[in-house]
Amino acid sequence: MADPLVDVRNLKIEATAYPPGEPPQDITIVHGVSFTLEKGKVLGLIGESGAGKSTIGLSAMAYGRGGVRITGGEVFVNGRDILKLGPGGLRSLRGHEVTYVAQSAAAAFNPAKRIMDQVIETTLAHGLSGRAEAEARAVILFGQLGLPNPETFGNRYPHQVSGGQLQRAMTAMALCPKPDLVIFDEPTTALDVTTQIDVLSAIKEAIHDTGVAALYITHDLAVVAQVSDHIMVLRHGRMVEYGDTGQIIGAPRQDYTRALVSVRSIEHEEKRPTAEPVLKVEGVTARYRGTDFDVLKNVSVELHPGQTLAVVGESGSGKSTLARAITGLLPPTRGRISFAGRELSAEQRARSRDDLRELQMIYQMADTAMNPRHTVGTIIGRPAEFYFGLRGEAKRKRVQELLDEIEMGKGFIDRYPAELSGGQKQRVCIARALAAKPRMIICDEVTSALDPLVADGILKLLLNLQKIEGVAYLFITHDLATVRAIADSIAVMYRGEVVRYGSKSDVLAPPFDDYTDLLLSSVPEMRLGWLEDVLKHRRMESAGN
Amino acid sequence: MSRIPVSALIGLGFTGLYFFVAIFAGWIAPYGMAEVVGGVWEPSSSQSWLGTDSIGRDLLSRMIYGGRTTIAVAAAATVLSFVIGSILGLTAAVLGGWVDQVLSRGVDLVMAIPTLIFALVVLSVMPVTLPILILVMGLLDSTRVFRLSRAVAVDITVMDYIEAARLRGEGGGWIVFREILPNALSPLVAEMGLRFIFAVLFISTLSFLGLGVQPPLADWGGIVKENKDGIVYGIPAALYPAIAIATLAISVNLVADWVLGRTSSLKGGRGG
Repeated sequence: MADPLVDVRNLKIEATAYPPGEPPQDITIVHGVSFTLEKGKVLGLIGESGAGKSTIGLSAMAYGRGGVRITGGEVFVNGRDILKLGPGGLRSLRGHEVTYVAQSAAAAFNPAKRIMDQVIETTLAHGLSGRAEAEARAVILFGQLGLPNPETFGNRYPHQVSGGQLQRAMTAMALCPKPDLVIFDEPTTALDVTTQIDVLSAIKEAIHDTGVAALYITHDLAVVAQVSDHIMVLRHGRMVEYGDTGQIIGAPRQDYTRALVSVRSIEHEEKRPTAEPVLKVEGVTARYRGTDFDVLKNVSVELHPGQTLAVVGESGSGKSTLARAITGLLPPTRGRISFAGRELSAEQRARSRDDLRELQMIYQMADTAMNPRHTVGTIIGRPAEFYFGLRGEAKRKRVQELLDEIEMGKGFIDRYPAELSGGQKQRVCIARALAAKPRMIICDEVTSALDPLVADGILKLLLNLQKIEGVAYLFITHDLATVRAIADSIAVMYRGEVVRYGSKSDVLAPPFDDYTDLLLSSVPEMRLGWLEDVLKHRRMESAGN
Repeated sequence: MSRIPVSALIGLGFTGLYFFVAIFAGWIAPYGMAEVVGGVWEPSSSQSWLGTDSIGRDLLSRMIYGGRTTIAVAAAATVLSFVIGSILGLTAAVLGGWVDQVLSRGVDLVMAIPTLIFALVVLSVMPVTLPILILVMGLLDSTRVFRLSRAVAVDITVMDYIEAARLRGEGGGWIVFREILPNALSPLVAEMGLRFIFAVLFISTLSFLGLGVQPPLADWGGIVKENKDGIVYGIPAALYPAIAIATLAISVNLVADWVLGRTSSLKGGRGG
């Protein structure tokens, strides 16, 4: 067997942590990880945030991000230990032999330069070819990646193309210098599912056509299963399991891998609508001030007590705007919203304190939804104090009760948000909403910023609380797996309109309209060959039309 | 408790010394403020360490009493400007709309006129007393504080936790003082150090021009004015206040830097 392209042996990576009020400490992020990668193969690195997957990925170009230091082990690329290279050696390695595709293409491109200049920049910097030759190669790559008008695509500026196209342009940038290895760091995580599938298939074909090897870093097992030959599961900087893709998703050996594979398998029995809905949205049309474009067009939905209405759609479909209209932050131009049998005033300021109390909201980013200078006790206690006049010991007792309800123990009451994990933060936000004893909670993408297993825990908690408190959820999400897990009825939104609405079983059963079909078929499934099947199916359909 | 860096210790030491001397001026100064103890511009001696001034008063005592006036006026004006500026700035950011427009355009109008000229015009028609001085300086400086606090607060008002508070039905008081102010504090504290020094310079300038602290009351700007003619003859009397102002400025800023660093690390958790 020939020497592998990448050979990582017993890699150890450390960083310095600065805990508040204590002296700096060295912490180990990666504990002795080893792997090899053959030419032309794809290795998927998978794990939750903090598992060290990006750190390990970047070590393949001997780079430590933000004060991270590689303190032990060897990383061989093309037979030489790159950790021993000097600055000059690293310069010729990076951007030539090993290239990198970042998560957020929008942040990684310079908005002031044309795409073409940025795509061929490293190729020219390394003197690998002349400008004309590099541009010709870029155009070929644009074509391979399925970008529209490959000849002229490079003349545009980053803001003139969509997020999915920009991500593919960055892939072209990485492939342009003909590298031996490309590191993909969550390349599709920030994209909508309908866009993700295009980018994913473009990346897969480009890897196949150019014969490059790749490290594919993601937290989504279903995605990585479509592109990689082998998968390494990481947790807390240690390898949990390593195997070929079929084995990992078909017959996982470790409990942690099994948990990852079976994530989003919550069973939830659909409830029938009751007589009197708690929320009734009728013909609501809304636009932002100073614009003449309706972001919501004639939206009508109902939510029944103790049930969950999932509002699904990609970014820009108007689902969060619907939440703003219901909460009164964006008064609709037409239509009416009634809540618990009475009509709500369109303006939030004109609503009674009881209306405000009974309609609570939970946000996507728990980080920005809590005041960093308030303790958990203040955050949860304030609604209890504000609506129910609880003070002192009574307030503290109520906060403790709520903390028990969200399955967080004692000792959290005096902590600050920065001292909580992502999942705990979101739980505190849930407790804050519950403190008002609401009839209905609007959940705006509450799980999309969380790791799959943590998100699972939050969904289970929400379902459990619904059983106990009888609260209704308006659940805004772009994630259909979440919808399957928790919804009783579903509204599919597209460009400000509800294109499909009904009970979960009706909405998720054929016959589908075109958009729902596209949306449903774009959700990655945890099996080999799913991507090929979908693409084949779509090609057949478009050929048939 | 994290260790206090050396620079902050130096700053704290000097700032503390100046404030201590200012507060206890009456006990520390060897002579009275207006007491004539010798001839004109005597060199330093064991009787008067810094020599005497243009009419034979002890310069050290003048410096100490002058420091008290300068620091007190500057501190009072700074506090006034922060109370007015930050409350109006945060209110403008929270309420937005026409309130914001009226306040911001009003501030623009005042800022369009050079501060020193504005102050000179106002003080030439008003009686120059310490309260009037403080009031004029505080109001003029509050426009800068308004700008800063509004800019800081505008970034904070778009956070989800402010929206959550609004949806809860909270009033302006809670939003301004409990939600925004704790998060806006660190830039404001740093600015306060800077503003205090500007106030020291401003009152010194006014006194030098004769429209600030009136004789026989001493203040650093006034001491420079009284002794400026001595420079021609090689008398350093006018330089001492300049040195005092410079060292005070540097040490206050060292402290402000340290406070800024500490409070911004507080943003995450409780920094000791």
